[in-house]
Amino acid sequence: MQQSNAYIITFSIILTVVLGLLLSGTSEVLKPIQKKAEELDTKKQILGAVMSADEISGMKPEEINAFYESRISSRVVNIEGEEVEEQDGVQVTAETVDVGKNYKKAPEDRLYPVFVFHEEGDADAAISYIFPVYGNGLWDNIWGYLALQTDMATIEGITFSHAGETPGLGARITSSDVQQRYKEKSIYSEDGELVSVVMQKGEGKDYSGDPHKVDGLSGATITAEGVNKMLKSYLEHYRAYMEKKKDGAPSMALN
Amino acid sequence: MSTEVAEKEAAVKESEALLSKRRKKLITDPLVDDNPITIQVLGICSALAVTTQMQPTLVMALSVIFVMVMSNLSISLLRNKIPTRVRIIVQLAVVASLVTLVNEVLKAFAYDMYKELSVFVGLIITNCIVMGRLEAYALGNKPYDSILDGFGSALGYSWIILTVAFFRELWGSGSLFGIPIFDGISSLFGPDFQLATNGLMVSPVGAFIILGLLIWVQRSKTGYVEH
Repeated sequence: MQQSNAYIITFSIILTVVLGLLLSGTSEVLKPIQKKAEELDTKKQILGAVMSADEISGMKPEEINAFYESRISSRVVNIEGEEVEEQDGVQVTAETVDVGKNYKKAPEDRLYPVFVFHEEGDADAAISYIFPVYGNGLWDNIWGYLALQTDMATIEGITFSHAGETPGLGARITSSDVQQRYKEKSIYSEDGELVSVVMQKGEGKDYSGDPHKVDGLSGATITAEGVNKMLKSYLEHYRAYMEKKKDGAPSMALN
Repeated sequence: MSTEVAEKEAAVKESEALLSKRRKKLITDPLVDDNPITIQVLGICSALAVTTQMQPTLVMALSVIFVMVMSNLSISLLRNKIPTRVRIIVQLAVVASLVTLVNEVLKAFAYDMYKELSVFVGLIITNCIVMGRLEAYALGNKPYDSILDGFGSALGYSWIILTVAFFRELWGSGSLFGIPIFDGISSLFGPDFQLATNGLMVSPVGAFIILGLLIWVQRSKTGYVEH
């Protein structure tokens, strides 16, 4: 049967409105739950830099929240390493800083969250400092959390995430055996130069003797280069803060 | 309108059993004889992509079942109203909305799964099985039959990808649903014995091999030949 144009247009409009309402309604209802899930996921990633994946997957959501509360304190710094409490009259906290959005600004204008993993109940007894990093992979953004020991040179742990790297190739940066390779590596050379840790081309070599190199990802050279660039640039950005907090540096007065 | 009335009358007269022989065939046919993956070779991309582990595969299978049943139902209900000239885009809109629904629900209640499946849930939209059944069946049949048809096809898809995932996870990672199986078996043979896993199974190549073997076994049993 041949319908008139008017019928087709009316039908299309009604269908669009009905489906549109259905989708926006669901989105509205589910948004608070999704937001919670996202926050929990961010906390898991942050904790992932200082804990093993097995430990985290064995914890219930409430346990993760409680653990995060008692062991992580956070602050926001600028590129000079000074603590920032508000920007443009709006109060900022590390949890609300969107690292991805800041990535689009010039490095001097960005806000840099810092998460401090400390002894339970004592926010001054830092065990390690966790720095968010952000960059580009092959297809889309990649990001991660880098934990440094209190000497601000030795890597305690690292987690990576990605938006759209190739499964089985670049996406392997999320696997814990790749992330394990960074453990105990050092970001400073012996002469005190910031050299970061560089993922090499090719895979299967043993770099355990070299504190600045880790084994590469076969078939994902561009993702690996993205990771290298991301680490190097963000370590530079956090450098001022790291210098201040380094073991042995004169401790700042608490403000 | 007259056809619709006639159809309704026929339905009343027949009062077919809820699961008559014909309706059972709607479900059982796509399982083996007319399987969407092994016989029609549709929906291959997702069959390759998500099947490295059992758990995401199961979620994927459930999502496809939901989308197929619901889209078949809605299109069948609307079948006399849908203007023929825009029917494909209408089908697409319905399927896309359902897939978005699934994605939103996963994001809220199974965030890890949402991250893992990410783009593949969205790709259900382009899964040829879904649109194929809408076009071939739901547009011309009554709602209840369409539900059964969608359910059957989705089930045919599901058991194949679950089978592929079973072999890929067991062989590639030595586990099932994340529970280590190979370690358990190895420990039975003493501390020095370690069953090796095959890295090939984790890559998409592994899925091709398993799927190929499955199709081979199935066709040698059913005697199906492509014309």
